Amino acid sequence: MSTPKQRLATFANQVPLFLGLVLLWMLLWGSFSWLNLLTGMLLAAIVSVGFYLPAVELGLRLNLWYTLTFLVRLGFDIVRGSLQVAVLALSPRYTPSNAIVAVHLRTRSDFILTLTGVSTSIVPGAIVVDVDRVRSTLYLHVLNVHRPDQVERFRNGVLDEERRIVMALGSREDVERLRRVRGEDRSVQDQRARDQHAHEKRKRGGTA
Amino acid sequence: MSDELQDVISAVLVLAGAVMCLAAGIGVIRFPDVLSRLHAATKPQIFGLMAITADVALNNFTVGTVTLVIAIVVFQALTAPVAAHMVGRAAYDTHHVRVDVLIIDELGTRPD
Repeated sequence: MSTPKQRLATFANQVPLFLGLVLLWMLLWGSFSWLNLLTGMLLAAIVSVGFYLPAVELGLRLNLWYTLTFLVRLGFDIVRGSLQVAVLALSPRYTPSNAIVAVHLRTRSDFILTLTGVSTSIVPGAIVVDVDRVRSTLYLHVLNVHRPDQVERFRNGVLDEERRIVMALGSREDVERLRRVRGEDRSVQDQRARDQHAHEKRKRGGTA
Repeated sequence: MSDELQDVISAVLVLAGAVMCLAAGIGVIRFPDVLSRLHAATKPQIFGLMAITADVALNNFTVGTVTLVIAIVVFQALTAPVAAHMVGRAAYDTHHVRVDVLIIDELGTRPD
């Protein structure tokens, strides 16, 4: 059995998701009335009990300033990415040259991994081809890269994206890890830590 | 805001959205394989949708429309990458990828 403190933490972890569902309900109706609030809460309760999913560890940390910079940058990047792909599609001298790149993220949280994958898919860049959840690695398909240095630049771009998300929403441990590992550390030590982590996650019952 | 200004902004937004959707369509035809086509199907498309919904919100500025527009854009941004990922992974696993246009494939050579 879990201690009351653990149960409280699990409960607190669910609150943002619950509030998100209620907010979505009100957005869809387009009015913020007490009736909507009540029916929204009722439906959110039914949805979270009826469609039960394994709890996501959110980390419960939010830095407003970094969240704002992340969102502004994301909006800017969406426009830039869309224009790039549009220009490429319309350009008469288009020669296909792509790459599938592995990016080892520094975070150990599934939530940050997912957010990074989603946001790199809508900014200039990539489609997530595969995810190695246990090793926190994204395999990304990159459009229109011709030289190896462009691949490296892209890799650093994804790591920057990850840093912005971790600074905005990541847990304290993730922020700490970002400070320790600057850029992509592909040293033997980092590889060993990654394997160790993979081993632990498998033991806890996480399937890749 | 004067009416002319609003008309100009509307026209620019609708035009931008239409051009983006056109580019997405052309990209889907022109790009060589499934993975490249997914880029065309997700990226210009979301900007096109943002432009057009922004135009709707501008011309019909009520709480109901604005909140609905926000919900549409947020959910498009959240679901399009996931859909693209599902299709992309299926395509890769079934070898529907033009390997000759890849300069590097780190998924094919990953350690197990």
